[in-house]
Amino acid sequence: MVYSKRNDGRKFEEMRKMEAKVGVVKSADGSAMFKIGDTIAIAAVRGPRDLHPKFMQNPQKGILRCNYNMMSFSVDERIRPGPSRRSREISLVTRNALLPAVNLDEFPNAVVDVFVEIQQADAGTRCAGICAASMALADAGIPMKDLICAISIGRVGGKVLVDLDKFEEDYEEGSTDMPVAMLPRKAEVSLLQLDGEIKPEEIDKALELAKKSCQEILEIQKKALKEKYQNE
Amino acid sequence: MNNVSKEYLVNSLSKGKREDGRKLDEIRKVQIENNVSKNAEGSARVKLGDTEVIVGVKMEIGTPYPDNLDEGTIIVSAEMLPLSSPNFESGPPSEESIELARVVDRAIRESDALDLKKLCVEKGEKVWMVLIDIYTINDAGNLQDAATLAALAALKNAKMPSFDGEKVDYKKKKGSLPLVELPVECTSIKIKDKILSDVSADEYKHLDARLTIATTEKGEVCAMQKGGEGTLTAEDIKEMVKASLKNGKILRKELK
Amino acid sequence: MGNILIENKKLVVPGEVIAEGMDFLPAVGVMRDGDKLVANKIGLVNIDNRLVKLIPLSGAYNPKVGDNVIGQVVNIGFNGWAIDFGFSNNAQLPLRDASRDFIDRNADLSQYYDFGDYMIAKISSVSKSNLVDLTMKGPGLMKLNKANGKIVDIASSKVPRVIGKQGSMISLLKRLTDCKIFVGQNGKVWIEGENVNKAIEAIKLIERKSHLSGLTEEIEKLLGGK
Repeated sequence: MVYSKRNDGRKFEEMRKMEAKVGVVKSADGSAMFKIGDTIAIAAVRGPRDLHPKFMQNPQKGILRCNYNMMSFSVDERIRPGPSRRSREISLVTRNALLPAVNLDEFPNAVVDVFVEIQQADAGTRCAGICAASMALADAGIPMKDLICAISIGRVGGKVLVDLDKFEEDYEEGSTDMPVAMLPRKAEVSLLQLDGEIKPEEIDKALELAKKSCQEILEIQKKALKEKYQNE
Repeated sequence: MNNVSKEYLVNSLSKGKREDGRKLDEIRKVQIENNVSKNAEGSARVKLGDTEVIVGVKMEIGTPYPDNLDEGTIIVSAEMLPLSSPNFESGPPSEESIELARVVDRAIRESDALDLKKLCVEKGEKVWMVLIDIYTINDAGNLQDAATLAALAALKNAKMPSFDGEKVDYKKKKGSLPLVELPVECTSIKIKDKILSDVSADEYKHLDARLTIATTEKGEVCAMQKGGEGTLTAEDIKEMVKASLKNGKILRKELK
Repeated sequence: MGNILIENKKLVVPGEVIAEGMDFLPAVGVMRDGDKLVANKIGLVNIDNRLVKLIPLSGAYNPKVGDNVIGQVVNIGFNGWAIDFGFSNNAQLPLRDASRDFIDRNADLSQYYDFGDYMIAKISSVSKSNLVDLTMKGPGLMKLNKANGKIVDIASSKVPRVIGKQGSMISLLKRLTDCKIFVGQNGKVWIEGENVNKAIEAIKLIERKSHLSGLTEEIEKLLGGK
C-alpha cells in the first residue's frame, strides 16, 4: 500500500517540532538539550581534561570520546541499564559524526568527553544526540569549524520522507531509515547509515532532503546558543 | 582542584555560617517536575539546589519471590552518570551508585510505601515488578535525598499498564499504583563537631560522617544508612533525626 | 577586495562566516577556509583593520608563559610539587623555583607547601605537548592561607573584565567588600575576608554581563556603596 498520508499529518518534507536549550547541566563544561517530536536528548561535555590510562594519551593532540546511552525507561520495553552492543555502536558513529568539525590540536595529552543521554525516545535518538552534542561542544568552547546537524531520512511505503517517528519506523509493510549528519556550511556528510532498502536514484533525493533539513536544524541550534550567551 | 579547604569550612562553621550562607539545618530550594519521560509508567525530575536527578518507573510481569508468593516486587537501580559529575566514570555500577539505589529501595520497602499484595496478578505465578531507575543529571551534593524524592514522585504519578494474561499493553493505561505511604530521606553530615543538612558538593568532599534517615508521614523512622569514614555519637544521631523529621515535612509537602 | 559579513561586536557561533576575501587575516577564534574567515568558537567579533578575531565567551584556559595562576598542591615528589591549576595536566613546581631561599634537597618539602595548599604562581614554561612548569620567584607570588579564603571559578576569557581597566574593577570590588581578592589568569579567583559570598555574587555578575556597559554602576548598586 502506498503511504500517501503521514500518520501524524506532517508533510513528507516536514520535520517534527524541535526545541533546543544550552546549559542544562550546570557542572559540565558545556551542555545542551535537543528535542524533536517526542525524542529528547541531553548532552554534556567534560574537558579538555587529563586522560587515564596514560598510554591512551596522544602527545600531539587531544582525543574525543563519546558515550551514548538510553535511559532504561525511555522506551516501552525497559532497557537494562548499562552499555549494550547497540549503544556502543552508536557511541562510535556519534564520535565519527562530531570529529570532522572539532579541532583538538590545542589539547595534547588531554581528552574531551561527550556524554549523550536519551531521556525520552520516539525514533531518531542518535540524530537528536548528535544535535545536542554539537551544541554542547560549542558551549564548552572547543574549537569547531562548523556545528553538526543530524536528521534521519526515511522511505516508507515507497515514499522518501524526513524524520521518521516510531510509528513510521515500525511501519508494517517495511520502512527504511537513513540517519545523516552534516557539517551544514559545506554540506559535508559525517554520519551515514542505512537500514532498509532504497533505490540508487533515490539516494540523491534523500541527501538533498537531509541538506535542506539540516539548515533548519542549524537555525534552531544557533538560536539556542545565542540565547544563552546573549542573555548574559 | 578543591575550591574550598576543610580548614575554611570548619572556620566558617565555627562562626555559625555555612560556606554558601545557609543555616546549618537549612535545605536548598526543591523543585519537582512530573512526567518527564512519556514511555515510562511514571517519571519525575527533582532539583535540590543545583543537584538534579531523573527517575523513571517501568512495570513488567514477573514471578514472585518464593517467600512472598502473593506480592509484587520492587527493583531499584541507579546510574551515577559521568554526564553529571567530573568524579563519576563510565563502566559497571560503582559501589556508590549501588549504595544510592539500595538506600532508596530501603525507604520504599521498609515504610511499606507500596501495597505489594495489590500487585499480585496470579498467586505464585505472575506478579507486577516495579522497576525504579535513577539517573543523576547534575551532582551538586546530596544525590541521595534528591533520588528518593524523585522516586516517590515518579511512583506517585505512575499509571499501570494493562495485562491481558498474555501480554503487557503499555499504551493502555489503567489506574495508579497502590502507593500508601510517602517516605522521604534526609541526609545529614558531620564536619568536625558540626551537623549539616542537605550538603553542597564542596561540603560533601570534606565530610567526616554522614547519616541518611528515612521518615514516614506519621513521623516514624523507617530506614537509616551511615556513611563516611568518621564516627557519630548518640547526641549527633539525635540531632540528625530531629533535622530529618523537620526537613522531611518540607520535602513531603512538595510531593503533594 | 574583501567583504565583512558580520559586523563588529556581534555574537557568533562556530561555522559562521565573518568575512570573505584574502585581504583579511584570521586571529584568535577565527580560521581561514578558502577565501572565507570562519568563527570556530562562540564569541564576539572583533575587527581591527585587516585582523579578524573573536573575544571568546567560553572555553578552557590556555596556559601562557608569564601568566600568574592560582593552583593547589596535589602531590609532593623528590624534586618538587605537582600543582593542579584547573588545566588538563598538572603543573610542576621544581625545587629550585619554589622559593627565593635555598631549599635543601633533603628538607621536608611539606613545610614549604603542603598537600591542599593554595598558591599564586607564575608559568615559567609551557612545552609543545602542554607540560607546564611554575615558579614562585617574582613579585606578588605567594602561598595563600587555606583556612582564610576560597576559590571561585570564572571563564578565563572573562578575567580581563573582572580586573577592569588598569585594575579599576578589582579595586572597586576590594573596596566595597573589604575582601582580599586575587585573580589568576586561569580563571581561578581567590577571595578572603568577611564578605566572601557578596564578593562571589559580584564576580559572577561581572562574568555574566561582562560584555555589557554600565557594569560598574550595577556592581556599585549590588554592593551598596560608592
